[in-house]
Amino acid sequence: MAEFANLTLETAGRHVWRVRPAADQLVALARAVKEEGGQLIALWGSDDRPLGAGYGLHAAFMTSLGMLWATVALAVEDPAHADLAAVFPQAGRMQRATHDLLGIRAEGAEDTRKWLRHGAWPANAFPLRKDYAAATVNEPDAYAFVRVEGDGPHEIPVGPIHAGTIEPGHFRFTIIGDRVLRLEERLGYTHKGTEKRFEGMDLATGARLAGRVSGDSHVAYAWAYCMAVEQAVGAEVPERAVWLRALFLEMERVANHLGDLGYLGNDVALAFGFNQFWKWKEDWLRLTARMFGHRYLFDSVVPGGIAVDLADDGYDLNRMTRRLDDEVAQLKRIYDEHATLQDRFANTGIVKPDMAARLGLTGLAGRASAQAWDARMQFPQPPYDRLAVNMATQRKGDVLARAEVRFAEVFESLRLIRDILKHLPGGAVRAELPAVAAVREGLGWVEGWRGEVVVAVRISADGRLDRVHPHDPSWQNWPLLEVGILGNIVPDFPLINKSFNLSYSGQDL
Amino acid sequence: MTTGILLQVLQTLLAILLAPLLMGWVNQCRAWLQGRSAPPITQPYRVIRKLFHKDAVIAHDASPLFRFAPYMIFACMALAAGIVPTIVNDLPFSPAADVIALVGIFALARVFLALAAMDIGTSFGTLGARREMLISFLAEPALLMVFFTASLISQSTELPVIVETLAHKQFVIYPSLAFAAVAFWMVSTAENARIPVDNPTTHLELTMIHEAMILEYSARHLALIEWAVALKLFVYSALGIALFLPWGIAQAGDLAALPLAVLALLGKLLAGGAGLAFLETISAKMRLFRAPEFLGTAFLLAVLGMLTHFILEV
Repeated sequence: MAEFANLTLETAGRHVWRVRPAADQLVALARAVKEEGGQLIALWGSDDRPLGAGYGLHAAFMTSLGMLWATVALAVEDPAHADLAAVFPQAGRMQRATHDLLGIRAEGAEDTRKWLRHGAWPANAFPLRKDYAAATVNEPDAYAFVRVEGDGPHEIPVGPIHAGTIEPGHFRFTIIGDRVLRLEERLGYTHKGTEKRFEGMDLATGARLAGRVSGDSHVAYAWAYCMAVEQAVGAEVPERAVWLRALFLEMERVANHLGDLGYLGNDVALAFGFNQFWKWKEDWLRLTARMFGHRYLFDSVVPGGIAVDLADDGYDLNRMTRRLDDEVAQLKRIYDEHATLQDRFANTGIVKPDMAARLGLTGLAGRASAQAWDARMQFPQPPYDRLAVNMATQRKGDVLARAEVRFAEVFESLRLIRDILKHLPGGAVRAELPAVAAVREGLGWVEGWRGEVVVAVRISADGRLDRVHPHDPSWQNWPLLEVGILGNIVPDFPLINKSFNLSYSGQDL
Repeated sequence: MTTGILLQVLQTLLAILLAPLLMGWVNQCRAWLQGRSAPPITQPYRVIRKLFHKDAVIAHDASPLFRFAPYMIFACMALAAGIVPTIVNDLPFSPAADVIALVGIFALARVFLALAAMDIGTSFGTLGARREMLISFLAEPALLMVFFTASLISQSTELPVIVETLAHKQFVIYPSLAFAAVAFWMVSTAENARIPVDNPTTHLELTMIHEAMILEYSARHLALIEWAVALKLFVYSALGIALFLPWGIAQAGDLAALPLAVLALLGKLLAGGAGLAFLETISAKMRLFRAPEFLGTAFLLAVLGMLTHFILEV
């Protein structure tokens, strides 16, 4: 990135770098990142007018250095930036959402349809602007789906209301017979105004809200938020708290992976697998509740440390991890040797490595398509720098590969939990945050079970939250589901969808 | 003759009333095998009762066909239950239809179900109807082949004669029936929308075959369809018993053998239901486009059974 030698990299936390390019440098910076094999992780905007500027466009890139947080200042009148989707296709939906929420245009973008707006606020009002005062409306305007013309194709609209109790999303299939020719997603049905809700909140309440962005990744979000806040105000977190946060994160990973492996069995009508995995998940959650007071560890991570300490030496947890090692290995053998299940999993929903790299597939699904990124390994935050995480990767990119990565990560997390319990330092678990009287910013970055969770925070001079952007890996991965289904048959879609298991709430915000 | 008619009515009513119990038993066995606590065996009755007490919601675009279809489907299954001998053989109703007509009765019910599914014009109804037609046009020939094998042994396509030959004549081992029995089991899973061809308990609308066709039904219509589904499973089980394990069935007019016949039937249904639950527990649902291979295999086995008959048994 020699041509950007004139840009100064400020350090903004461990493995996080801040850079402020001019508006016309952004695309070139993105290209340079792409050329060295990096990816665009997140893209969001901010209303900087109260700070005496215009608007801000923020992009987080994964590079060989770590996370590169680029901020571009935009004009007050008609804020616009050059289209990034031509370099990183995953930017497309993020740009559309940024426009819906802040009115920041991506100039030259191919797709300028709305994304998060479903007619609950007027098209010319932008909720994340500080002077937003529009009343809630109900004017659902049409959404222009891409139409497939011709004689054979047939369209099936699915959702947002489904037959099961799952989150809402609309899937528009174009099929020939039962073969899928094209799939188009329409999301945003669970838009709750989370980002707006953060504005003016105190830091502790913000942690509670951050953890609820996507409930299955509570610890990942709460930790990423706290990391951002602690970075912003310059707080020192006690060592024991950091280790216990990692313990919570791995426990969350085990719970989710066990649940997903059960669901994968259920989706091919192997109810036996479902019941076995969910029995173990339930035991795991009950143990979690007994130890830390909440099944999903809600509100256990707070700014400055953690809210619940480990009361004993974790003997029960240690024993449970060994038990699960055996049980999951046995269930894996059953899955491995079940001919019909393997037939359903293998070669279904393939995302090839080159496609995954081109479109920015990330996290667990990325690792199943040879995208070897795991923040715990390459850019470890404490205590992962002392834990030596083994990354699980696969090349095939099918449902089976994603199941295999989950199995490998369950075993690895169980090992990490034992490691953490063994080396857990003593001492305090919570520190007071230093008071600050100026505008501060920070970015937190945690490898959740689904992929990297990024939370960017700006604290205003009165010590309250001014802007928080939580980013879910589902943003990048949802478009890849549209790719993975191509050429498959309609009845295999639920299985493929479940193998990704992406968050609606996390990307709808 | 009066006794015959009485027995006929008794047997048909017994089938209609017992059918949900068989469904409840299968569900119970499935739950136990999966390590869950099971719903009561009477659960299907409760569901049907609940549905009869609800108000029906019908799509705006539904034609009278949509309302009429559930009655038709239920009537077809009740008729089939009257034809297949369960406790007494050679009832007055039996000559009304032979096995070929029986296949026709099942097909009639299916045609109405598929038409009703397409009638309301939702994409899932059409999707389910198309898949159902794909499955059934492959299943029906295989089913006919199974019947032909049995018919060749007894030289008749009449069910009472087939049953009589096996149950009350000199005991002979027929290897051809072994092939036919396996083929019959395969066809039954497809026809009754069971695993590995279809999954009756799924909530994933895109994977459904039978369930996709009845998504728009509610209340009494749905109750009739659910009951008909239970009845169909019962009739298929009774058919399997009649063709391959008819021992214990009472001869026409033999009232003394009746209690034993009822016990024998219950025993066989209990064993059959448990067997079905076991097979469903260890299998996963196959990819939709594997179903033709599966049913092709069933057809092949039925043909092998027929060849075996000519080679070994004639």
